[in-house]
Amino acid sequence: MSTVEEVLPDLALLAALRAGDEVAFASVVSKYHGSLLRVAQQYVASRAIAEEVVQETWVGVIKGLDRFEGRSSFKTWIFRILANIAQTRGARESRSVAFSGLSGLEENGQRAVDADRFRESTHRWGGHWSTPPRTLAEYPEAKLESKETIAALHRAIQMLPGSQQRVIWLRDVEGWSAEEVCLELSVTEVNQRVLLHRARSRVRSALEAELEVE
Amino acid sequence: MTCQQVVEIITDYLEGALSESLREDLERHLMVCPGCAAYLDQMRGTIRLTGSLTADQVPIEMMSTLLDAFRGGTR
Repeated sequence: MSTVEEVLPDLALLAALRAGDEVAFASVVSKYHGSLLRVAQQYVASRAIAEEVVQETWVGVIKGLDRFEGRSSFKTWIFRILANIAQTRGARESRSVAFSGLSGLEENGQRAVDADRFRESTHRWGGHWSTPPRTLAEYPEAKLESKETIAALHRAIQMLPGSQQRVIWLRDVEGWSAEEVCLELSVTEVNQRVLLHRARSRVRSALEAELEVE
Repeated sequence: MTCQQVVEIITDYLEGALSESLREDLERHLMVCPGCAAYLDQMRGTIRLTGSLTADQVPIEMMSTLLDAFRGGTR
């Protein structure tokens, strides 16, 4: 389902692409690169193969430009081409990660925050903070926005299990909605939220650790 | 509701996925608990900072291969 706002720029874009506008093509390739790569990694094992899948997707887009009828949004159409190619590649390699791709869900009992930050259950205030976090305003602003802080955040994301990485990247970097992520990664609403929760919790913890360094 | 429970449902809260009664309990807790209010603030900050990461760049070779294909394909 596509909204009017999504379809109108699509029409202009489509006209430009059909007219052979290279600038429009290069910008649309750049725009979707990160998210195509992440969705491709749901199906194939390595980043290198995911990049090949993305490249093949664009070749498919070029070939199909004249046939695209605008019944779905341009974005949906591109991701459908990607899914077809990625599934074929994943099956061919017999190393599809589509199902093991939910590995980030398997670690039950993983906590958002270390238990030692809370008072023990025998305490009158059991389960309440013993070492509460501080609001971000309590840290120097220069530190919050520093290159080091952003790099620490990026590292924390790269260390997440693949499925968590894909969800947090699509949601919080690429700005996708929960519905879009569920659709393209074939995960349920609940699993999407669990993966997002674990990912954001770990990244928050890395951010706090970085900010606490004197 | 304990703080340890709050940190586990904070994403559901931000995603608007809590039941009304649980959301009300959580909001009451946040009003009286500066630690959890700070935690929510850090979570929101994390989301904002993650949003400032730059998206992956298209490798130069890929872009040039694709531009060649585009020139050939739409001619």
